[in-house]
Amino acid sequence: MSLGSDNVSELRADLHIHTCLSPCADLEMSPRAVVREAKRKGLALIGICDHNSAENVPAARRSGEREGVAVIGGMEVTSREEVHILGLFATDRDLFALQEIVYESLAGTNDERVYGEQVVANEDDEVVAFNTKLLIGATQLPLDRLVEKIHELNGLAIAAHADREAFGILGALGFLPDDLGLDALEIANPQRKHLLPAGLGPPFIVSSDAHSIGRIGERYTILAMAEPTLAEMRRCLRGEEGRYARI
Amino acid sequence: MRLKDIVAALGLEVKAGGDLLAREVSGGYAGDMLSDVLAHARKGDLWVTLQTHVNIIAVASTKELAAVILVHKRTPEEVTLRKAEEEKIPILISPLSTYAVVGKLYELGIR
Repeated sequence: MSLGSDNVSELRADLHIHTCLSPCADLEMSPRAVVREAKRKGLALIGICDHNSAENVPAARRSGEREGVAVIGGMEVTSREEVHILGLFATDRDLFALQEIVYESLAGTNDERVYGEQVVANEDDEVVAFNTKLLIGATQLPLDRLVEKIHELNGLAIAAHADREAFGILGALGFLPDDLGLDALEIANPQRKHLLPAGLGPPFIVSSDAHSIGRIGERYTILAMAEPTLAEMRRCLRGEEGRYARI
Repeated sequence: MRLKDIVAALGLEVKAGGDLLAREVSGGYAGDMLSDVLAHARKGDLWVTLQTHVNIIAVASTKELAAVILVHKRTPEEVTLRKAEEEKIPILISPLSTYAVVGKLYELGIR
């Protein structure tokens, strides 16, 4: 479907997908496997957001180039308050600048037997490294500082599963701080979206938060955009010139 | 029991609301999920938490809590301290864990 003169058309975006780098995600979620499944499910745009790390983003992007799926690099950062925030970026330089800040404020070493393996893979499904940080842990970054940092690096800051009690902003902080400047709220369960302020606050998105291959694309957001890029996504969230995000 | 007696007994550092320590404490609550505290804390409670976000002051104020004790020597954000003075919510700091602080409060008869 085409809308307006800018050649805006609707596509399906699942902007919160984990890979085998997240200790709690299935090992079979290699960057290549994630991208292929996304293609099979008809997703034109995906966001790769592992816990407190972005090390599988470059491989996912290269797989995406091969398969024709647009990949936005991101990270699901745990704030000091134990609120999960998605940071999505246009360039790897910005993304890895955030990763550096996150790593500096993230203590501990992973215990694979307890939390699971943290595999860094390349686009040919080969294991490159095992990340040894305690990625499941919380950083010491206060929420407002984290959102500010993401914005300084030209990224989008989205409250992950905002309606969920565990690691969601409403559960941890009781209500939405009004001056946070979030670009969107991700809803885990669309049936619970009435808990959040529609119309006044940030726009809603829905994503799968997939930790296993089969769940990829289970939920998605319709984005009406001219091309599948972060800059266009920002315009969708702001509702500029015929662009929109619909859940 | 008054706040000032609790501050003395537990050796708490007073970060905000130093002029409000004559306030009576009627009970206690411990929790780090603000949604839970909003649902279950009672008026006059002393609240023990590790959260330092400014939202703790809004929660303490709407629930009319006596004061907030931050554990593990957590440092509150500047905006939290400012809001605490505005809303008249004392902020007290302990080096101990939530478990230890609550144990001591219970021994003092705060139940």
